[in-house]
Amino acid sequence: MEQRKEASIINVRDLNLFYGEKQALFGVDLAIQEKEVTALIGPSGCGKSTFLRTLNRMNDLIDGVKITGDVVIDHENIYRSNDVIKLRTKVGMVFQKPNLFPMSIYDNVAYGPRMQGIKNKKELNIIVEDSLRSAAIWDEVKDRLKTSALGLSGGQQQRVCIARAIAMKPDIILMDEPTSALDPISTLKIEELITNMKKDYTIVIVTHNMQQAARISDKTAFFLNGEIVEYDDTDNIFSTPQDQRTEDYVTGRFG
Amino acid sequence: MGIRANFENNLQELKSKITEMGELSVVALERSFTALKAQDVELALKVIEGDTAIDNLEIEINQFSIWIMAKEAPVSRDLREIIGVLKISSEIERVGDFAVNIAKSTIKIGNTISLLDITDLEKMKNISIEMLRKAIQSFLEENILLAKEVGNLEDDVDQYSAETYKKLTTYLSEHPEETNQLVQLLFVNRFLERTADHITNVAESTAFLIKGQIYDFNS
Repeated sequence: MEQRKEASIINVRDLNLFYGEKQALFGVDLAIQEKEVTALIGPSGCGKSTFLRTLNRMNDLIDGVKITGDVVIDHENIYRSNDVIKLRTKVGMVFQKPNLFPMSIYDNVAYGPRMQGIKNKKELNIIVEDSLRSAAIWDEVKDRLKTSALGLSGGQQQRVCIARAIAMKPDIILMDEPTSALDPISTLKIEELITNMKKDYTIVIVTHNMQQAARISDKTAFFLNGEIVEYDDTDNIFSTPQDQRTEDYVTGRFG
Repeated sequence: MGIRANFENNLQELKSKITEMGELSVVALERSFTALKAQDVELALKVIEGDTAIDNLEIEINQFSIWIMAKEAPVSRDLREIIGVLKISSEIERVGDFAVNIAKSTIKIGNTISLLDITDLEKMKNISIEMLRKAIQSFLEENILLAKEVGNLEDDVDQYSAETYKKLTTYLSEHPEETNQLVQLLFVNRFLERTADHITNVAESTAFLIKGQIYDFNS
């Protein structure tokens, strides 16, 4: 256990989250390992997306949210620091629906680095190309970098979103159902991308697609009613879960 | 619950096909031995003919299992159950084959003074049938204790088999004129010992399905 703690890049301890009076997360403890894919699964409303959003303080924007407990990322308690910009540089996010800006592919990917003050064209070119390559979309867009990103297909847009996240050189990328709006082939491309990305990044992904969690993740946490019921190697969660509720959920008996 | 009712029905259907296979194999074993005892060639031929039904059930189970896996993408216990069904059906199919082998030995022995009484073959057959019934029941009820009992019974069959081997080979050295029948009985001894092994495999697959870990009841 001690060894496991050392290798973890995110340590969450006794995390409680309230939307006003309503408590959405109850005493969540979770140690997320570096350069692994961790899947969060559970029925709608179980708190998995809420939990994901606590990892880069996205819930701060919601009125009436109160959070107690610790989220330690890279030895820093993120709720005790006020530097949200720095946090979000370190912890990138990809959403359910591609949310590119209405600008060119190039400008979308260069947006973050430019905001960070990088003006040198050559440097930006390198960042954009590297990011698009890492997101396995370079070959498809390299001849149309200056055209609108919104002209791409949904699957391509989502990979550009991943490139945009990568351009910030984060350590951690959070993904909230990144393939739920995509067709099966685009979904498989993103899955393959995620598998390749884990050599460089720590990835935490919320998914409703159980097979996807089984295919791409190393660890899986099963959430129910704002608590973690079970957290284990993905192999175990999908072959021999310890808790009956996990078994019922992964086999499709409820949820 | 009610979710995945169709899938549950499919799993039930698989289970009932396994039950049917098991029952047919029990009948085949009983009949083959009755034929051996009574030197009844007609009955032996019926056992050989009847094996087609067991073989066909195995094919049906295979095809149905593959289809269920393709459409339902089962995981965890559901997946183990279907894999278990596939393995168990192939073991039971082998049991049916051994009944056929015993029937063929019966035909080769023909009409002569039976030496069955000097052996423990009947006891081995009775234990094997008890094992098969228990193995199927343990699968249907997902009862690990019954599966373990099957493993224990197999030891008895092995012991009787070793004793029968000794008795038959000793008798053979004293009565070489009975070679044909004695060799066939040695074969039957082997068939029954193997039958018990395959039934033990059924119990092991059942234990795997229940617990999710590999068991070895043969050692």
